[in-house]
Amino acid sequence: MVSRKRDLCAGQVAALALARLISMASVLERTLIVMPAFNEQAVVRDVVEEVFLRLPSVTCLVVDDGSSDDTIAQALAGGAIVARLPFNLGVGGAMRVGFRYAVEHGFDNVVQIDSDGQHDPANVPALLAQLKTADLVLGARFAGEGSYAVKGPRKWAMVVLSTFLSRTAKTRLTDTTSGFRASGPRAVRLFAEHYPAEYLGDTIESLVIAARAQCVISQVPVAMRPRAGGKPSHNPLEAAAYLGRATMALAFALTRPPVALRYSEAKR
Amino acid sequence: MTVTSYIFGVLAALLTLGVVIEMLRRHRLRERHAIWWLIAGTLALVVGVFPGVLEWAAGVIGIEVPLNLVFFVSVAVLFLVCIQHSAELTALEAKTRTLAETVALTQLRIESLEQDRSDRERS
Repeated sequence: MVSRKRDLCAGQVAALALARLISMASVLERTLIVMPAFNEQAVVRDVVEEVFLRLPSVTCLVVDDGSSDDTIAQALAGGAIVARLPFNLGVGGAMRVGFRYAVEHGFDNVVQIDSDGQHDPANVPALLAQLKTADLVLGARFAGEGSYAVKGPRKWAMVVLSTFLSRTAKTRLTDTTSGFRASGPRAVRLFAEHYPAEYLGDTIESLVIAARAQCVISQVPVAMRPRAGGKPSHNPLEAAAYLGRATMALAFALTRPPVALRYSEAKR
Repeated sequence: MTVTSYIFGVLAALLTLGVVIEMLRRHRLRERHAIWWLIAGTLALVVGVFPGVLEWAAGVIGIEVPLNLVFFVSVAVLFLVCIQHSAELTALEAKTRTLAETVALTQLRIESLEQDRSDRERS
């Protein structure tokens, strides 16, 4: 590889870089950014604007999850398409709206970004690039980049989850509860039908569903920013409850009958 | 057992059955939800009219106090009804969710169609 790279003259290098840029631009055109939003009026506009700044030519769908504040108007002002759920369904319900929209409008890829600003849109091209060899790519916090510290029961929960889910997905996953993820065409079609709405279903169970439908799962290291609104809980009791519920969600997800991609979809 | 308590038992069973059947007749209850109540009412009527059946059944299973069999069957029926309701509720929630998602997508589609039309009218 190294020697071949040296053989390329400057013009070829430039042409290659341009080709890569163009191919990324066309990938972005076929990509739908989905942002589930519940009462995020303070930040949603900035996040949408940042998405368009970093990723021109992308389509951005904000799914309003029954907010009671000004989220819808703020998202529209940022230039996003806004789908309105009549009442709160949770992240799983909001995301399935995004996947169904992508299928109906012929988008190949769906990238989920939190509307609270903790995910950096500048990482999206890295996630999309990985979709060439995978069906589902997670943006992982603990894979080397950025600083994000957790401890106590919450940490144990993450270790347990990543151990079991890595085995199910047959690849090393360090941050299975990451909401920053990109889905390729096969995963989009699968999730448009089978995205779970239960607690933690959008993170844990969706991974199990994808792995069992023979989707290739992979991860890319990303840095997370501190959340613009709200702060993560450090109450040990809540963390312990989280550990319990996460374990239960995992146990049920692993014992459910698997769903398969339909033949025409599986063929790709 | 006195004659009064015998009549009371039979009447209670008839009342239960009567209410369930009348609700079914008026479409206030779907028959798949009523099945457990019909079974319970019928059992109560049989035991009310022929108390000997209860003692015989308790003897067959080996329950010393026949009344305990009544309690056991009652709890079992209530348990099954509750489980059935939880399952129905889950199914309804899944349907509501799908409907809510469809409403959101349809609304989006209507808005974009209206936008297209008003654009065309202006040009």
